[in-house]
Amino acid sequence: MTIVFKPTETYRDDFTYRNSETAILRFPFPFHEDRYMYSVNIEPHLRGGPTAAYDAVIDIDEHYIAECRERALTLAADPKRCQVLPHMMAAQWDTVELLMESLSTDYPKHFTLTRNGDNWMWENRPLGIKDSFVFGDASTLSLPPFEYITRQAQGDFSLQDQRDGDLWMDGGMITGQADWSLDFDVGMSFKEWHGPVPMAHEMGVFDRALQFLLRLQHGRPVRRLNWTMTINPRMDTSPENYPKWGPDRLSVTPENVAQKVHLRVELQTLFRLPRSNAILFCIRGYLMNLQDISRVEKWRKRLHRVLRDLDPALADYKGLPRFKPMAVAWLAQFDDGAPIAPGTSPDQTTAL
Amino acid sequence: MIHSDPIAARVASCESLHPGLRRVVLVPESGGLFPAGSAGAHIRLALRHGDHLWRNAYSVVSPPNCRDSYTIIVRRVANSRGGSAYIHDHLKPGDTVMVDLPVNLFPIATIARKHLMLAGGIGVTPFLSYLPILADNKVKFELHVCCRGDDVAVFTALLAAWPDAHVHPDDGSPALDIGAVLGGQFLGTHLSMCGPEPFMAQITATAAAIGWPAARIHQEFFTGATSGTAFRAVLAQSGITIDVPADQGLLDALEAAGIDAPYMCRGGACGQCYLPVLEGIPEHRDHFLTADQRAANTAIMPCVSRAKSATLVLDI
Repeated sequence: MTIVFKPTETYRDDFTYRNSETAILRFPFPFHEDRYMYSVNIEPHLRGGPTAAYDAVIDIDEHYIAECRERALTLAADPKRCQVLPHMMAAQWDTVELLMESLSTDYPKHFTLTRNGDNWMWENRPLGIKDSFVFGDASTLSLPPFEYITRQAQGDFSLQDQRDGDLWMDGGMITGQADWSLDFDVGMSFKEWHGPVPMAHEMGVFDRALQFLLRLQHGRPVRRLNWTMTINPRMDTSPENYPKWGPDRLSVTPENVAQKVHLRVELQTLFRLPRSNAILFCIRGYLMNLQDISRVEKWRKRLHRVLRDLDPALADYKGLPRFKPMAVAWLAQFDDGAPIAPGTSPDQTTAL
Repeated sequence: MIHSDPIAARVASCESLHPGLRRVVLVPESGGLFPAGSAGAHIRLALRHGDHLWRNAYSVVSPPNCRDSYTIIVRRVANSRGGSAYIHDHLKPGDTVMVDLPVNLFPIATIARKHLMLAGGIGVTPFLSYLPILADNKVKFELHVCCRGDDVAVFTALLAAWPDAHVHPDDGSPALDIGAVLGGQFLGTHLSMCGPEPFMAQITATAAAIGWPAARIHQEFFTGATSGTAFRAVLAQSGITIDVPADQGLLDALEAAGIDAPYMCRGGACGQCYLPVLEGIPEHRDHFLTADQRAANTAIMPCVSRAKSATLVLDI
């Protein structure tokens, strides 16, 4: 598969990020029915799904080069967005292996991995990287192994150590997060870092999810979707930079709501890592504004219904109250109230 | 990556270490590399001989970074279900066996400042994969292996390269002063043990008496015996009735009847095969259910557990 990249688009300042028709139709739309509530919505991560975003083990798209550059800018301003605790070195190499094997297998035109025992050669053509190194010897790479490879991938990554019947967030590369902080959460247990989520604790969601994940097996990754809404196509909506993006919510008007308000979907995949027995959590974010969503009939109607009827506690947690009424009002013009097919696939081959 | 198992493996070599101990090296049938494993991981082999099918789990003793082969060491178990006897008497180089992906229920405690490892007999096998990783990580460790008979010479030879590994012949008198070993460790030491249940029970009790925190103690159980008294299993949702004979486990009996039941470790440790019980009293032999869950008698781990009552009604 050859991807036509858009290397100059931006996720800050002038926000030139745009989705092509291909990107719109491959968007992993998250709502399979007209209402939304928390659930343990985990399924096996197998190649293939409702859109092309599910076709690869680790997905990249037209935004790859621009998103890697955006990550580099965020790291330059705040190096603590990437941290790995010292006992996680085996997990760092596991991540290198998983990402290099996956990218070179799924995108052979763009990535090549050549292995001769522990002597590896990695070629990343979109980013112009060609490096030889010794697998397992961190002194042969220009950066720590986890940082080296996650700078070359879209989406955020966290590393969970498993011990004492719990998972501990003992590392991560988090530059495009929906208002949570690796620097604050690093070293926390599963329920500690999920502490702020409303309702789901009482529903037992985290008890069941933790028990499930403790049994996650190598070679059998799983996935789930999560979502929120973001003003402007901004990757870095971190607590550290709240003063930069928090006021954006006040900039939404009925005239610009379709361009400014983005549905932000996280295709989350979880991999048991073979050597370290840790879990790699990949949070691959996709941003699409209401204007683009309105080009798929099923999605614009369904998003209207989900937002309109969303539980207020959930809307509050996701930071939606200031602009949700304007988004619902804009989407209402497309919704005739007729039943919509279940599932999340677009059910059309071109955008409207 | 996404892998599919089982993987076809070819027996590259079989070697008797002594009459009761066999070392088997497996390589990928189609060439290439096996998936990597981690220290303490086991693989499960599907062994077919005539009408018999055994699924036995063995610790991988080759270094975890070694992907061109998996090595296991198999003890001939008296009165076993027959899998180990098959490996000793029939398995030969060139044979094909199906192997599930490595699973680790006994991983290295990554934050330990020192590792104290205690093994009883063949319980040494998971630690054979720990040693190169602990050495690479430059972390302190101490391994004590209690064994008897022919095992003494074999384990001494296997561990010859490791000065911090000690073999203690058990000749009737206490082979190792467990209280002294446990009492002489500095804070931050983690204890890992693998061996027969009485061996681990004694260590656990001694550690508790000295004041070791439970979170610093880790154990790997041998696959327990699954035989016992015959009983009848009734599957409430399908109405199927299955007679479970004395020499067959409940999970084996379900599978023989064509029921697609979930499972993973087949050792009562992982929790994957959990089944709700509607009527009857399980004979719990697992290590997964809590004391409260056992007392409630509303669930069973069919891979190892059986029934105290004549009939067990399962909600499947």
